[in-house]
This record gives sequence, C-alpha cells and structure tokens, in this order.
Amino acid sequence: MPRVPLSWLGDHVELPAGLTAERLAEDLVRVGLEEEAIHPAAVSGPLVVGEVVERTPEPQKNGKTINWCRVDVGPAHNEEGGAPRGIVCGAHNFDVGDRVVVALPGAVLPGPFPIASRKTYGHVSDGMICSARELGLGEDHAGIIVLATLGIDAPVGTDARELLGLGEEVLEINVTPDRGYCFSMRGVAREYAHSTGAAFTDPALPVPTDTPEPGFVVEIDDQAPIHGVPGVDRFVARVVRGVRAADPSPTWMQRRLQQAGMRAINLAVDATNYVMLDLGQPLHAYDLERVAEPLVVRRARAGETLRTLDDTVRTLDPEDLLVTDSPDGAGSRIIGLAGVMGGGDSEVGPTTSDVLVEAARWDPVTVARTARRHKLPTEAAKRYERGVDPQLARVAVDRVVALLVEHGGGTPDDTVTDIDRTTPPAPITLAADLPSRLVGVPYTVDEVRETLTAIGCEVTGTDPLTVLPPTWRPDLTVGVDLVEEVARLRGYDAIPSILPPAPAGRGLSDEQRARRAVADRLACFGLVEVLSYPFVGADQLDVLGLDADDERRRAIRLANPIAESQPLLRTDLLVTLLDTARRNVARGASDVAVFELGLVTLPSADAPAAPRLPGGVLPSDEQLEALDAGVPPQPRHVAGVLAGLREPAGWWGPGRRADHTDALEAALLVAGTLGVELVVENAVRAPWHPGRCARLSTVDGTVVGHAGELHPNVVAALDLPARAVAFELNLDELLAAASGGPVQASALSTFPLAKEDVALVVASDVPAAAVLAAVRAGAEGSEVGDVVEQVSLFDVYSGGQLEAGTRSLAFSLRLRAGDRTLTAAETAAVRDSVVAEANRRFGATLRA
Amino acid sequence: MRAGHDPARRTSAWVAQHLPWKVRMSDDTPVLSPLDEAGVAAVVVAAVAAVEAASTLDELKSARLAHTGERSPLALANRGIGALAPADKGTAGKLLGAARGRVQQALAARQEVLEAERDARVLVEEAVDMTLPAVRHPLGARHPLETLSERIADMFVAMGWEIAEGPELEAEWFNFDALNFGVDHPARQMQDTFFVDPPDAGLVLRTHTSPVQARTLLERDLPVYIACPGKVFRTDALDATHTPVFHQVEGLAVDKGLTMANLKGVLDHFARTIFGPEARTRLRPAFFPFTEPSAEMDLWFPQKKGGPGWIEWGGCGRVNPNVLRACGVDPEVYSGFAFGMGIERTLMLRNGIADMHDMVEGDIRFSTQFQAVI
Repeated sequence: MPRVPLSWLGDHVELPAGLTAERLAEDLVRVGLEEEAIHPAAVSGPLVVGEVVERTPEPQKNGKTINWCRVDVGPAHNEEGGAPRGIVCGAHNFDVGDRVVVALPGAVLPGPFPIASRKTYGHVSDGMICSARELGLGEDHAGIIVLATLGIDAPVGTDARELLGLGEEVLEINVTPDRGYCFSMRGVAREYAHSTGAAFTDPALPVPTDTPEPGFVVEIDDQAPIHGVPGVDRFVARVVRGVRAADPSPTWMQRRLQQAGMRAINLAVDATNYVMLDLGQPLHAYDLERVAEPLVVRRARAGETLRTLDDTVRTLDPEDLLVTDSPDGAGSRIIGLAGVMGGGDSEVGPTTSDVLVEAARWDPVTVARTARRHKLPTEAAKRYERGVDPQLARVAVDRVVALLVEHGGGTPDDTVTDIDRTTPPAPITLAADLPSRLVGVPYTVDEVRETLTAIGCEVTGTDPLTVLPPTWRPDLTVGVDLVEEVARLRGYDAIPSILPPAPAGRGLSDEQRARRAVADRLACFGLVEVLSYPFVGADQLDVLGLDADDERRRAIRLANPIAESQPLLRTDLLVTLLDTARRNVARGASDVAVFELGLVTLPSADAPAAPRLPGGVLPSDEQLEALDAGVPPQPRHVAGVLAGLREPAGWWGPGRRADHTDALEAALLVAGTLGVELVVENAVRAPWHPGRCARLSTVDGTVVGHAGELHPNVVAALDLPARAVAFELNLDELLAAASGGPVQASALSTFPLAKEDVALVVASDVPAAAVLAAVRAGAEGSEVGDVVEQVSLFDVYSGGQLEAGTRSLAFSLRLRAGDRTLTAAETAAVRDSVVAEANRRFGATLRA
Repeated sequence: MRAGHDPARRTSAWVAQHLPWKVRMSDDTPVLSPLDEAGVAAVVVAAVAAVEAASTLDELKSARLAHTGERSPLALANRGIGALAPADKGTAGKLLGAARGRVQQALAARQEVLEAERDARVLVEEAVDMTLPAVRHPLGARHPLETLSERIADMFVAMGWEIAEGPELEAEWFNFDALNFGVDHPARQMQDTFFVDPPDAGLVLRTHTSPVQARTLLERDLPVYIACPGKVFRTDALDATHTPVFHQVEGLAVDKGLTMANLKGVLDHFARTIFGPEARTRLRPAFFPFTEPSAEMDLWFPQKKGGPGWIEWGGCGRVNPNVLRACGVDPEVYSGFAFGMGIERTLMLRNGIADMHDMVEGDIRFSTQFQAVI
C-alpha cells in the first residue's frame, strides 16, 4: 500500500508547519484513507554535514590503506575545545576540503546500525563518514558521499537528516479498491485537501492539448477483449535520444523512492517509478535499440512464454494481454505482460542511450486476471486494476521525458505517439435530496453541489443535478456513489443516531431455542462446549477406523487449505472433537468431557456444480434452484466425548469412570430436550467398540446417531484415557422428528399408588429394551385399563440358580388409576398381563 | 460433663435405695393399701422424683417400668381394689387413678424434654466440616463465543429483529456476486477465500455472514430486520489475533425510508448493550462492494487497556442497490443498511482475552472460566 512522505506530499498541497505522520494519518482517516503503518525515520540521532580538514593515509598490515581524518562538524558537534573530530575512513574518493555526511556516535543508520565511538586501526574513530548505501539512499557504496557531487552546498554542522530527507517518518495508508487514484501523491494530496481545506495544486495540470505528429509506431490488435472491453484504450509513447539512462538518478529522487519503499535502479527506471508514485500512472522505459518497430498490443497465443523481469519464464494464457515488438514480423516478439511486468530483453541497460517511454491505460479486468494468474501483484498492476485516470498517460510520459532530459541530458523527439480511444465519464443524474434522504442529514442543494464540485465533478442543473465525475474517479457511476461522497466530505460525524422502529418480531425460532436448550443441558450434564476447526485429513479418518468405502470419507476438498495435511471438510463432528479431546489430554487433563454443536458437510457423489451467475440481477427460479442444488447439505450435528473420570474421586471416596451409559445418557438427554423418543439398538460402527455401540433411531426408523464406548484402537491412537466414550447425533434430523407442537400434559391422579415388581427370566440375547417394551405393552394392554404410570427396569441378574444362557430382568411397575383406588386383584391382573406378553414375545417366565 | 455424673440427676436405683420403705419387686404381696392416702402420695412423690431424675430416655424407660409397670406399687395397689369393701372401692379408685395420672403426666413431660435434648445432641454430633470440597459432579460450561452470540441475538430479538442463518459452505454467487463483488473486482481478491476443489464446483467457505443477507432477502417478505451470527472463514493462519475460522454477527434492515442515521442508531444501541452505557460508535469512510456509502465502525471503549479510546469494531453501510436488485428488491422503493463485526474481537475486548489460541483450541480450561453468565 502507498507510502506518503510528508515532504513529497507538500509539493502538491499546503501542509501546516510541524505536521507529523500521526496527525496526517488522523486527517486522512476522516476521508477514508486508513493508516496501515507509520515507518520510522531511516536515520535517527546526529547526522551532520562535516568538512574534511585532514586526511592521512595509513597503510595497514592487511594490505588495506585507511584514512585517518579530522572532520570539522561544527561547533555544536566538534570535540570539546572546538577541535575537529577524528574519524577513520576506508574510502578514498574524497580529499581535504570536501564536505561529507558524518554519522556521530548515537546515530542509528538503516539496518539498524548504531554508531558509537570505537577503537580501530590504532585510533579512536569518533563517528562515521557515510556512503549512499549506508544511509539507505541507493546501492552506491564505491565511496562516501561528497556533497558537492550531488550539487548540495550546505554549511558545516547542518542536520544532514533533514538535508537528505532521512529524518522523516513516512505514513503508509490503506487504499480501498474504489480509490485507485490514491495510489499517488496527487490523489492523497487531493484527499488531504478535502479533509483539511488546505490549498491543493493538481500536479497533472495542465493536460497538454496539442496534437503532435505520431512517432514510434504502435499497433493495437486485441482480438479477444474480455467482457467486450478492449484491452487498452490509451497508449502514449515518446522517444528520448542520447540520454545517460543508466546513470544513477538524482539523490532527491532516490531518497523519495526509498521513502516510498522502492529501490533506486537507474535514471530511466527511477524516473518512471517516480512519476508513477507521484501521479499514479504506471510507465515503462525501453531501450530503443532493443525494440523493433512497430510495438503491437495483442493477446497471447496458447503455449507462448515470456521471461519476465524477475527472471521467471512464464507460460502465457490466451487472456493475457501482451506488448510485443516486430523483429520478425508484426508482434513476433513478446516484450511485456501489459500493465503487469516487462520482459528482461528490452530493459534499459548500461549501454542504453535512446529510450522509448511508454504509458498506457490497460483494461482493469485484463490486468487483474493476468496479475492473479501469474501471481504478480506489481505496483503497476495494483494501479491498473483499480483504474487509472485516462488523462494521465500523456502528462506522465512528458514528465518522465522532462526528467530524463534534465538529469540524463537527452533530446526528446518532437513526435509523440498517442492512441486515445478513451471515453469521457458519463454524467449522473442525481435527485438533489437523495443524499439527505439516504444519509439522514439535511444537506442543502448548495452543500451537495459544493461538495461534488470539490471532488472534481462538474455539476449543472438544480434538481435533479447533472453530475459529470472527474476522469480519475471511475468508481463514481450512480447516484449512491455521489451520496457517499457528500456524506464522506461533509463528515460521517454529522450523521445523527436514530434507532429505527422494527415491526414486531417472533423471537427466536423453535429450532434456535431448541439448540440453545441442548447446549445448556449438555453443559449442565457436565460437558464443556468447545469449537473445533472443520478441517481434517484422511489420516484422521484412518485413525477412526473408517472402512475404505465409508460414506464419511466422501468429503469436500479445499483447493487452498491452511494445512496441506488437512484439506477435507469434516463429515462428522467426532473426527475433530476427538482431536480436541486428545489435545486436552496431551496438555495434562486427566478427565475430559467435551461437546460441540456444528455443521458437517455431506456432499453427494453426483452433486451438480453451483452455477456461476452475474451479480446485480435477480436469478430465475430455475437458477436459484440450481444454486441450492449445488450447495451440499450441511446438517448441524452435536457430539460429545467423555474420557477419564465421569465423577471425580475425593475425600468422599473413589470416582467413577465414564462408561458407555454416560454417552448414551447424554445422547438421550439431547433427544429428550427436543421431545424425541429414540430407539436404542446394538450396532457396529466406527469409531466405536463393536460390542459397545448403540444405534439411535427415531420411532419411524430414521437413524439419527450413535453412542457408546470408543474402539480401543481409537482410544490408543489418540492417547485418550482407557475406555473413553462418545456420542454423535444429527440435530437437524432430531428437530425434524420433533412434533413441533406444544407438550400436552396428562392429568395427575391423586389416588393411591400401587407398586408391583416383576422379575422375568429370558434368554440372555434378548435385548433389555425389547423386554421393557414388552412389559410396557403388557401393562398397558391389561384389562384394567389406563393405569400405568411408570415402568422401569431396576435389576439384571444371571447365574445362581438361573439356567445358563438366561438372565433375569426385574421391572418395577407404578400403577395408578385416574378415578379409583386400584384393588389387589387389578394390580395382579396387570402383572399377569405383563408376564403373558413377555412370555408371548420372548418365552419369558416369572422368576421363581 | 456427662449427665450421669450430675448429682442433681439421680438414678431410679438411688431413689429406691433411699425410699422410707422397701419395695419388694419379687413379691406379689401388696405393700401399699389402696386406701393409704399418705402411702400413695409417697409412692407418687417417689415416682415423680424418679421420672425427673431420669437423664436419658433409657433411664426414663426404666423409671416408667418401675413406677407404672405391672409390678409397680401403684399397679399392685390398684390390683388390691378388688378385695376392698364396695364402699371403699370408689375412694380407692379415685385415689389411685389420680396418683397414676400424676405419674403419667410426669413421664410425658420428662419424655418430651429428654427427646428434645436427644434431638439437639444428635444435630451437634452430626456436624461436619463444611469447608471440605463439594465437587461431586464434573463442571460443564458453554463456550463464551456461543453465549456472547446468544446475548447479541437476544438484543436484536428485543428490538423486534429476527435471527437468520445460512450454510457455511456457500455458492460463490451468494458469497460474492449477489453482494456486488464482481469476478474481477479487487475486493474479491482481498477476502482470502477458501476455494473448493475443483473450482468448477462454484463453492467457497463463506468469507462473511453476508450471504445470509442475500438468502434472507430472497426468502422473506419485506420489510426485513435480521441479524445473523455465524462462522466465517478466511485463509489466515492461526496466531494471537487471527484465526482461519471465526464468527461474525451481521445485521440487515431493508425497509422504506431507512437512513444512515438509523444505522448509527442501531450500532450505538448495540455498543451500549454489549460494552456498557458509556460505549458509542464512530463511522469512518470506507469501501465495501455491498454497501454504498460504506463505513468502518470504531467503538469508543471505556475499558481499553491504557485508557479509553477508539478501536476498530466492524464495517457497515447502506445496502448497495445492486445487492437489492440481485435479490429481487426494488432499490427505488426500498433501502436498507447492513453491518458486521467479529464476535471473537468483541469477546477479546470485552473479556480481556489476549490470545486467539485460547479461544479456538478447545482447551477446556478456557470455557470453564466462563461459568458465570457473561
């Protein structure tokens, strides 16, 4: 994001004395330019202009010769008594009388590299004479800076930080995608003026209106515009001859580039970068000798490659727009990815003397796609994809040419190639009261007009207003865009705070309330709610012991997962919840009881793709259905894991380890909370113990989940405490099975309770739940009528006098009639009916 | 001091020893005439003394046996009534009846006292050290992100808004295009999106809860006032302040005549509800494709570390007309506003959580800190 050196900004807008980067950030954020960072000064501490008064070469044993110098750094910095400072210097490109840059002890140079007095080569060196590179001013480290060679004449003792712009903090701002023009000093200065009212001078003015003869031949041959928009609508090219293009650029330019976060390279490249940073128009400088006329702008052909400036060979896509030249026919050689990056072959080098300067206005979509495709978010691409002012190309080329001539001594051609197919911005009709109506602040028509004029619009008419946006604001296309400008510049602070009255609502939905109740119940049951990431790897499914064809292995795969080892979206919760339990145990928890409510993703094998549709248009019903069909089902599940002690040990005695009944109880608690009766059956399913797993279904047979003890292999693989247990339920299925209606109450009888216990002997392999069901059916079906208040199984017994292969199940019946006291005969009749039914179903006999 | 050593409480054995006559328990011969008023009175005195001397319920039981039992002087005397002349029977009956009544009365009174003493003693003996730990059942807990989401939802419900939800794996159209993020718009690239493989599937993990806006406008009748809390996903690696999976709450109101001032009103109310009466919000110009005008929202946070100040809280704006059109709402008739903020950030600010890791790693020590209603 762009960096804003204050001294540079001050070229275009009046800045108050003493403005700090922090204050600038506050001023800019009011108009929507957020602070990204404040970069500290490149150099802190004393850095001053010194004059060499003595220079004594001293050959050293290692073959080097150092210079022992005395440097006058002014009365404020010289030694006590006024004697010049003694400094050891390894460079030789200076002599007595030269003015140089001296870093005194206490200074910190970029690196950071702190300067202190130190003993070296038999002297105490009391500072350092600096090279350009040591100050971060460029790559030149052949020798120290001799100020006269930079054309700088400053008295001894002058603060060189200020002189060289090294003491300045630099604000980095965050530019939102709609404000491409703020990727320039020009744009930021304009916004600063909007925020503060300071006087702004547009550095892009005046726009040349002459029409020079075309020069270097440029052909535009875009055979495949994207969305029908030509890949380029402005192309300006101009030649400068006899220029020292590969010389270093002037220090002030290098300094500003460095402040803006760019490296200085040579005059030609630096000048194009400088003008880009200043105006917002990316430019390119070619070595004219290496470019064969004409330049041709065309799309890439399949299979073409280009070695870009970053020395990477890139295979091009037919959508990529190219700048080519014509050594072997028109467009035969690729010299750059339009608007993104140039190729290495045509760049300015040490021998360059004639330079072709290019500025174009490329289609934002074309540039965005190419930059994304080749992962090249270059400075040029960032500006083009946000939109570049169509008026800038000629201005910017002329500016670069002028800089080359001034600092490299060249002569520009009189001819200028300027292909201009840009269209002027379209006027917007704006109801004068629209800003007031949408924002809620009573702006007057005059205020609206003034504000829009201030941002560069031409406003005509009274109501509606006709507003012609400025060329640098391609984001302003409809009325609400202008409303935002009015609100922004008149200040968001002016917007009052008025709570809107909403129509009466219905509160949380049944499902939302039910989910809360489930979570609250599980927490009360002793489970801790956790949230785990839904990302899993196939190895985690292996740990659970899922078969190769288990449907839970059919998972959505992410193209760009956070971890390559976890590219899948979970198809059940336990896979990630068990990992959470494992992490807790690994961190020292000996007893863990956790639960999670969350979505799982269950793609079907042959799901259609979600269609790609345009924005801004209501899709047809068929399209909306296709969108729905393309989004895989994502039911909400609830799962829990209990490992270690369910009830803690303590002074009262030993604890109790969680077992399969805890998992089952938790699952039934969830179902009970939703008013859903579940059928419990033994089942075999990973990751549970094959003999200790319950399948849970609704009465209509829909399987809604499982509960039980985990498979010992799973427990071992996850390092969980032995015999850990777990449950998982599909909450959406449970909610669907819930009646939805209010609970209907039964009348409470106050007649006396009759209790009856029945112990039945059945074959051991008859499930207890089946016998219980028989007992209940027998009790409810007796001739006595509706008297069953509760039936429960209270004891299981085998061995002793019971026949092998049988067991006794003892049930207690609580009986009560609504209208009378039950007689002993009635109670007995119920018991007999129970025994008869259990006998009929399972051959059960009353235990002797 | 034990009751048995109290000289004021004497045992029945002691009383028997000191009686002026001898009670011969092994002998059926009545020693007391049923008409011997003085004798009867002495027996009663002795009996009452014995009863009152009983210091335990066991002693009282012995005294009852000794003085009202079958072989007690009064019982024996009573038995002698039968042998009296008819004229004396009535007198003797009255005399002995009154005597036995007095003894029974004394017994009942003493019984009550001794039982009360025993009950009180039992309570003293049953005292336990109530400072011993009382943690018999494991402590569960809700995750504070969930409880905070619920709290926020409750606030919206209280305003008459409803809570809407949608899928986390979402069609790109809902996550981007419907919200005015064009395919080539730079903002679409700024979202750090998780894409599904293959890209033709047209699916992403939603980068914000905003697709629920579009779904809601397509499904519900206008006007619409909804909030949607939920999980969202960005390709940020987990560190102290970032997580690839986090939670947002989004608000959307679409009605006739809504203004930015109404947006500000809701935001201020939200801030005060969650952060206290001094909290308020500030809007700064910003850009989001689905709103125009758009604003970043700062929160005045009185409890900010290092002193009260503004902190970034979320984004908001008026719903862009293109979003309304994509959802079949006429932007010439209806307008609306939307806003969204991170629940993690809200929780971190509000509850002093320094590191995102603690919130997302599922460490039970984290959630169990939040036992109180927060």
